[in-house]
Order: sequence, then C-alpha cells, then structure tokens
Amino acid sequence: MIHVSDVSKRYGAQTVVDGVSCYIKDGGITSIIGPNGAGKSTLLSMMSRLLPMDGGSVSIDGLDVTATDSKQLARKMAILRQENQLTVRLSVRDLVGFGRFPHNNGRPTAADKVHIDQALEYLDLGDLADKFVDELSGGQRQRAFIAMVLAQDTDYLLLDEPLNNLDMKHSVEMMRLLRRLADELGKTVVLVIHDINFASCYSDSIVAMRQGRLIHQGPPAQIMQPEVLRDVYEIDIRIEEIDGNRIGVYFA
Amino acid sequence: MASSTITPIAPAAAERATRAHPRGSGGQLIGAGAAIAALAIISMFVGVSDVSLPALLAGDQTAWDIFWISRVPRTISVVLAGMALSVAGLIMQLMARNKFVEPSTVGTVESASLGILVVTVAVPGAALLTKMSVAAVFAALGTGLFLLVLRRIPLRNTLLVPLVGIMLGGVIAAVTTFFAYRFDLLQTLNSWMIGDFSGVLRGRYELLWIVAVLTVVGYLCADRFTMAGMGQEFSTNLGMNYNKVMMTGLVIVSLISAVVVVSIGSIPFLGLIVPNLVSLAFGDNVRRSVPWVAVFGAGFVLACDIIGRTIRFPYEIPVGVVVSAIGSVLFLCLLLRKRERRG
Repeated sequence: MIHVSDVSKRYGAQTVVDGVSCYIKDGGITSIIGPNGAGKSTLLSMMSRLLPMDGGSVSIDGLDVTATDSKQLARKMAILRQENQLTVRLSVRDLVGFGRFPHNNGRPTAADKVHIDQALEYLDLGDLADKFVDELSGGQRQRAFIAMVLAQDTDYLLLDEPLNNLDMKHSVEMMRLLRRLADELGKTVVLVIHDINFASCYSDSIVAMRQGRLIHQGPPAQIMQPEVLRDVYEIDIRIEEIDGNRIGVYFA
Repeated sequence: MASSTITPIAPAAAERATRAHPRGSGGQLIGAGAAIAALAIISMFVGVSDVSLPALLAGDQTAWDIFWISRVPRTISVVLAGMALSVAGLIMQLMARNKFVEPSTVGTVESASLGILVVTVAVPGAALLTKMSVAAVFAALGTGLFLLVLRRIPLRNTLLVPLVGIMLGGVIAAVTTFFAYRFDLLQTLNSWMIGDFSGVLRGRYELLWIVAVLTVVGYLCADRFTMAGMGQEFSTNLGMNYNKVMMTGLVIVSLISAVVVVSIGSIPFLGLIVPNLVSLAFGDNVRRSVPWVAVFGAGFVLACDIIGRTIRFPYEIPVGVVVSAIGSVLFLCLLLRKRERRG
C-alpha cells in the first residue's frame, strides 16, 4: 500500500503540491488526472523519492521513501518519467539489463538473464533486443523502457504520462499492457495520465488533482460524472456510457 | 515448394549469423591488442639513435641503454596516456551527458595547467608529485565548476554544453597565460599545453602508472557511469547514489588529466575522438566499450607518435599536434557520416 500523508511542494512563493493525502491500495491501476499544472507529476516524483518534499511523508509498504535505502526502494518500486531521451547508445537488451541493477549491483547472474528474457518476451521485444534504443520508433522505445522497469521486478510501478507521444494504436496497446501487468502479474500501477477516457476505461481508481490539491478520489464510475469533472477541469463534459465504459465527450 | 518454405528462414538465419558477434567480441579485442603490441614494438625502434634488433641481439651496451632509458619508457607512457585520456574523455561525456565534451574542452586541462603554474611560482623546484597533486586539485575544481554550471543551464542543448565548456576553459586559460606572462613562464606553459613524449626518460614517467590504476577503476565503475549518463532520475530509480558516482568520475577525470599534463602535456581532442568512434561501432554499454576505448586510444596515440617522429626525421613533431590534425579530420568524417545516415 502507498500512503501519501499531507505532502507539499513549494517553489518559492508558489505551492505546487498542497497538503495531498491519499491511500493507494495494492493491485490494480490508479490514474492521477487533472489539468496542466495541477501537480500530478510533481506528486508522482515525490512519491518515488526523485524529488524531495517540503512537507508530509510517503510510505510504500511501510517504508518511508525519504528515509529508506534507495536500493531497497528500487527493489520495491520502479518509476518511469516521461522524457527518456538517451544520450547513451544502448541496445535494448542492455537497457533492460539495467533494470536488474538494484538486485545484482552490476554483476549479472543467470537469474538476471531469465528476468531480462522474460521482460523482453512480455513486451514482445525479442526481435529488437540487439537493436540500439535510438534506432527504435517511439512506441517501441516506450516498450523498451517498460521492459526495463519490468525487469526491475518491483511490486509497484509508477509511470509519468506513459502515453506521451504515442499514437492511438500504441496508446491502446500500452494501456492493455498495463492492465495485463496489474491482472496477470499482480503489480500495483500508478500513472499520471491526461486522457480521462483512457483513465476511465482502464483504471480501478482515479485520483483527481487541481491546483496542487487532491480534490476527488474514487472508482471511475464515481469520478466520471459531469459535476466532478467540471470541478476538476472547469469545463462541461458530457458522459456517455458505451459498452459499459463511461466516456467523457468534451470536443464540442 | 520445399525452397519456398525454406526461404523465409534463411534471411533470418543469416541475420542471426551476422548478429552472433554484433559488437566487439573478445576475440576481436585480442586481435586489436595484438595490433597495439606490434605498434609498440615499432615504436621502440623508431628514433635518432641507432637501436636495432641486430644491435640489441649482439649485446651492444649503448643500444640497450637507450632502449631501457628512453625507448621503453616512451612507449609505455604513450600507451598509458593514450588509454587513460580516452577513457577519461568517455567518462566526462557520460557525466556531462554530451558526446562533444572531453577534459580539454571543459576546463579540466586548463585548470590543471593553472595549478602547475601556481605551484611553480609559489614553490619553485617542487617535486613532480607535489605539482601533480596541486594540478589535480585545480583540475577537480575546474571540472566541478563546469558541472555546476551545466546544472544551471535550463535547456540542455547539445551544442550549448561544449560551448559553455570551451568558454570556461578559455577564461581559465586566459588567466593562466596572463600570470605566465607576468612571471616569464610562457615557454614552460607551452610545454604543458602541447603534449610531447620526446622528454620521457626512465625516472621521469613513472607517475603515469597512476593513470593505469585509474583506468581500471573507471572500468570497474563502468555500469555506474553508464547509468549516470542516463540522468539523475534514471539512476535514482535504480537505487544508485548519483552524486557519489559523479564525484568518483570527477576525481578519476581530474587525476588522469593532471598526471598527463604534468608528465607529457595536453593531448587535445583525444578523449573526444576515440570514444565517439568506438561508440559508433559498439554502442555505449561502457563495461563493453571501455576496453575498446582503451585499446583504440593507445593505438591511436602510438600511431600518431610514430608519425610525429618519422615525418620530419630526425626532427620531431609534438604528438599533440599530430593527434589534433589527424583527429580533427577523423572527427569531421565521423560527423558528416552521421548526418548522412540521418538524412
């Protein structure tokens, strides 16, 4: 379980995350939604100890993220940020292999190879394993990074806008994949996402933020309501039920 | 029919065969090492004094003396400096997350020279080890300053990073030149800035063994430098202490630069060219590419030193000049080829 308790972040006079508290229970997908500048990514960065917090605390399975040994946390939780521009030329297999670092300290064992092969296979990257990451398309590259955090073999997976720069086909594939990670491998997936309809169709729980505050949390049925979404985005969004999913219509 | 069922398999198999040794197998590395050994042997028999294999075999004492006092130390120092400077360039590139930097373009070498100047003025006749230590401290401060400035640049433009380094190095070099001029040490300063192996003699190069140790340390930390090269967040996610690795890299790069500047002088661009050529061929998994960078660096400097000694025989052209000339041409070719592939 991830327990976020009264977490704040300030830059000068500006408060980016303002006293956010929430529980994220084990298993399933939790989506963090909200308008630009709501503090979603900042919150995710603090949850994953990439960014120091100015107040409050975050614990993952009872481990305080600011106090626990970083390597121990790396075996518990993996975080993938949105911009992963590589200045280093690595093959896909090498990149995925780095996911094993928290476990092997840079000395690969036979067990690591099994994990790497499994991760490559799970993301259907077998044929691309020996290609350089900079030779891949956007969708393939994203998959390679997911394979790396998968090889990291953590219970928790935190993803900052995993659909960024992906077209519709690849976005759907990515969301289906995350669903499989949650359902088949029992991982707890937390992601920051802009598209409310993807959040609605694929999440078990949605956290809505606005101006640094957490303003709503609940299952998609509860969040995908015109009045709730108006609260979050300040626009009128019509909700249609299509094939059992609640879809927000906001294009016109 | 039979052939049509086989054909789809054949290209795949062929592709697999070409990938069997995708980039730099151990066997190739041994081959490259043998080529370096051959160059090293040639290097030992190039020079004004007559040191030939028959003379050595005949037990000619003068030939043996020159061999042990001058030729062997020179060859060893060429190999060590070539290896270490190339590896230092690679580490610097990973730390700055930019392919176009190396110790002589980010102020490290300039700071080391300033350090030697300071110690030469303050403590005339200081021991080589003292000079080296002071140079190393200055080099670390200069490089640290560069890395701090980098952190403050909001936009990590590929071209901006080396420009910042060159400007910083230029400022430090200007200060150094000013004081060298005031203290009438311009000529001495020149000997640090232009690498030259002609002064290497037994008893005056042994400090260079330090860089051999540092190169091995660089190899042992290779994975960590690769991860640092992918950024602070990437490293933190994997549980690595980013700042500690950056400090380790800073110390390695500064010490290597200081030792080489004190004993040989600067060899500009070496750390830029060698890692980039190796990267194009083998990628950047540093654990695999460090041996290649080391071997290629040693071979490149050996070849340049031999050229420098033979082209105007019996006079010598400093190795720094030869490396810069050949290196810049190689580097231009490399850049043009890269653009071709993209375009």
